[in-house]
Amino acid sequence: MKIAVLVKQVPDTATQMKVAGTAKAIETAGITWIVSPYDEYAVEEALRIREKRGQVEVVVMSLGPDRVKEALRSCLAMGADRAVHVNDPALAEADTLMAARALAAVIKQEAPDLVLTGRQAIDDDMGAVPAQVAEILGWPCAYWIMEEAIADDGKTVRIGRQVEGGLEIFDVPMPAVLSAQKGLNEPRYPTLKGIMGAKKKEIKDVKASDLGLAAEAPQLPVVALEALPPRPPGRIIPGDVATAVKELVRSLREEAKAI
Amino acid sequence: MKLELTDEQQMIQAMAREFAESEIAPIADEIDRDERFPHETVKRMGELGLMGIAVPEAWGGAGSDMVSYVLALEEIAKQCASHAVVMSVNNSLYGWPILTYGTDAQRERFLKPVAGGHALGCFALTEPQAGSDARNQATTAVRDGDHYAVNGRKLFITNGRESSFALLFCQTDKDKAHRGITAMVVEKGTPGFSVGKTEDKLGIRASDTAELIFEDCRVPVAHRIGDEGQGFRIALAALDGGRIGIGAQAVGIAAGALARAIAYARERKTFGVPIGEHQMIGWKLADMATAVDAARLLVWRAAWLKAKGRRCTLEASMAKLFASRTAVQVTNDAIQVHGGYGYIREYQVERYYRDAKITELYEGTTEIQRLVVAREVLGGAE
Ligand SMILES: Cc1cc2nc3c(=O)[nH]c(=O)nc-3n(C[C@H](O)[C@H](O)[C@H](O)COP(=O)(O)OP(=O)(O)OC[C@H]3O[C@@H](n4cnc5c(N)ncnc54)[C@H](O)[C@@H]3O)c2cc1C
Repeated sequence: MKIAVLVKQVPDTATQMKVAGTAKAIETAGITWIVSPYDEYAVEEALRIREKRGQVEVVVMSLGPDRVKEALRSCLAMGADRAVHVNDPALAEADTLMAARALAAVIKQEAPDLVLTGRQAIDDDMGAVPAQVAEILGWPCAYWIMEEAIADDGKTVRIGRQVEGGLEIFDVPMPAVLSAQKGLNEPRYPTLKGIMGAKKKEIKDVKASDLGLAAEAPQLPVVALEALPPRPPGRIIPGDVATAVKELVRSLREEAKAI
Repeated sequence: MKLELTDEQQMIQAMAREFAESEIAPIADEIDRDERFPHETVKRMGELGLMGIAVPEAWGGAGSDMVSYVLALEEIAKQCASHAVVMSVNNSLYGWPILTYGTDAQRERFLKPVAGGHALGCFALTEPQAGSDARNQATTAVRDGDHYAVNGRKLFITNGRESSFALLFCQTDKDKAHRGITAMVVEKGTPGFSVGKTEDKLGIRASDTAELIFEDCRVPVAHRIGDEGQGFRIALAALDGGRIGIGAQAVGIAAGALARAIAYARERKTFGVPIGEHQMIGWKLADMATAVDAARLLVWRAAWLKAKGRRCTLEASMAKLFASRTAVQVTNDAIQVHGGYGYIREYQVERYYRDAKITELYEGTTEIQRLVVAREVLGGAE
């Protein structure tokens, strides 16, 4: 069995985002890059499937510039077997559909039995790629999965996806695309052996032309990025507690309309 | 010159940092208070490969190097100095000499389980009368056929109670003084080998410091590491690496205290401004940060030399000397920055202050490091 895991490299959650001079991108200088946390759940789940079934190859795939190799290498250090890196300046401005086309083309070449990924990347939070990939491949797709169990025959996977107040259970025919929700598992740390071994594993570089992708312009080009307006200052209500509380309740109700 | 960590070293550092922050930090105060040896997290360190970092995979280790070792050790020490000393002794005082001077059969039996984190090792050199004067060994091993009969007492042995294996130094030929010292591995459970009292300490309270007692303990000659009479050289060589590890531990303790002091100086206001804006506090923080970086660079240089297999006695002693003094100074200043709150357990810097002091004592006191450095710079090697 082969499992493909789609990962995206994103700025660390602690990053203070700044809009770059072009106003179309963020300032990337000094950013620490990480694997998007939801994608880490997907990697972890693939590794657990391999540990449970044996004979499973886990291939991580990502699209992006050179720095993305670090993200792929950390997935390899966690235990993935090899990686494919779609690294092509022609895709630098890719929107979700272009990214999905590129990744779907890699998936077609690799022909996995299952595709796992995060429910969204924590940078632009579009959450569109899993569905678009599934659509392009004509495969079923389930979002926000909290649990999965592949049938012994490897033909279907039973998944539980998070819905308001509970889980919705499906039997999904494979191959399929599943997107992970927080809570699916607790991702492992790479071990030192894993880190040392990662450099011996293959990261295959592919270009748009290797995937037979036609040149295209994004249908969703970024027009502009705007920084959030600065937060208005807080207000301290003076006076003794009884009057201050009254004033607080009044302003929450009448001004903020919060209660 | 190139002063950059490799991708791999950065990943190892990041892994150790994340692990220490999420699994060690939450228990660090409690294990200090209760003097509890943290079996669960020490086991996790083994699983992650932190207990035999520079040992090749063939012998159960992670196959990395000394630089990765000090990076990881600093991250662990930033959260808990007790975990750091358990790791340091296991890696450099026990693992390294077995790897370097042991035979394949000895590595298989005495190193593999320890480097893989399934068992702990300790280094038993100090005796009541032999601390700084480590040559003055009174423990004796008398050859009797294919065994030695060992008699004596070792004091202040880190991991002494928890270890499965002790690397023991003892006198096989009293007449030859320190040239009659021999190293051997004694397994826990060997008749005649027992653990005496464990010490109640100022700091690193979650690590065990124990007395080892040998009474007609029969140790197979096959457990001897190196030749008869080679023991003292083995001990000194192990201490070169050990001192780099303690340097890294000291940097971690100092860096942990510094981070808390900086955070506090941003938050705490007096006279209408954050205290960091008072020149005297800002100045203090500047000196602390500079000292921590200087100490770290000394440790990195020594580790880099060791990784290259170069002689590093001088550099290891300088790193240990400066880093341990920095740890004591910076943790002291971190309390000062916290004012009265720094004296209160909840604010944690008092733990760092108590933990820091040991780095000036073990694996050669500050005075002994100065002696080594002076001898080296004056050119009179031993
Ligand atoms: C918590 C802890 C853990 C330890 N772990 C281990 C371990 O795992 N294995 C092990 O073998 N040992 C261990 N030790 C022992 C430690 O290495 C010794 O305590 C240390 O070397 C100092 O020896 P001492 O205590 O006998 O002090 P002494 O040697 O008696 O020194 C007393 C003072 O005199 C100074 N002094 C001594 N000689 C000179 C000199 N020639 N010139 C100038 N000043 C001098 C010293 O610097 C010190 O200030 C540990 C100790 C502690 C407290």
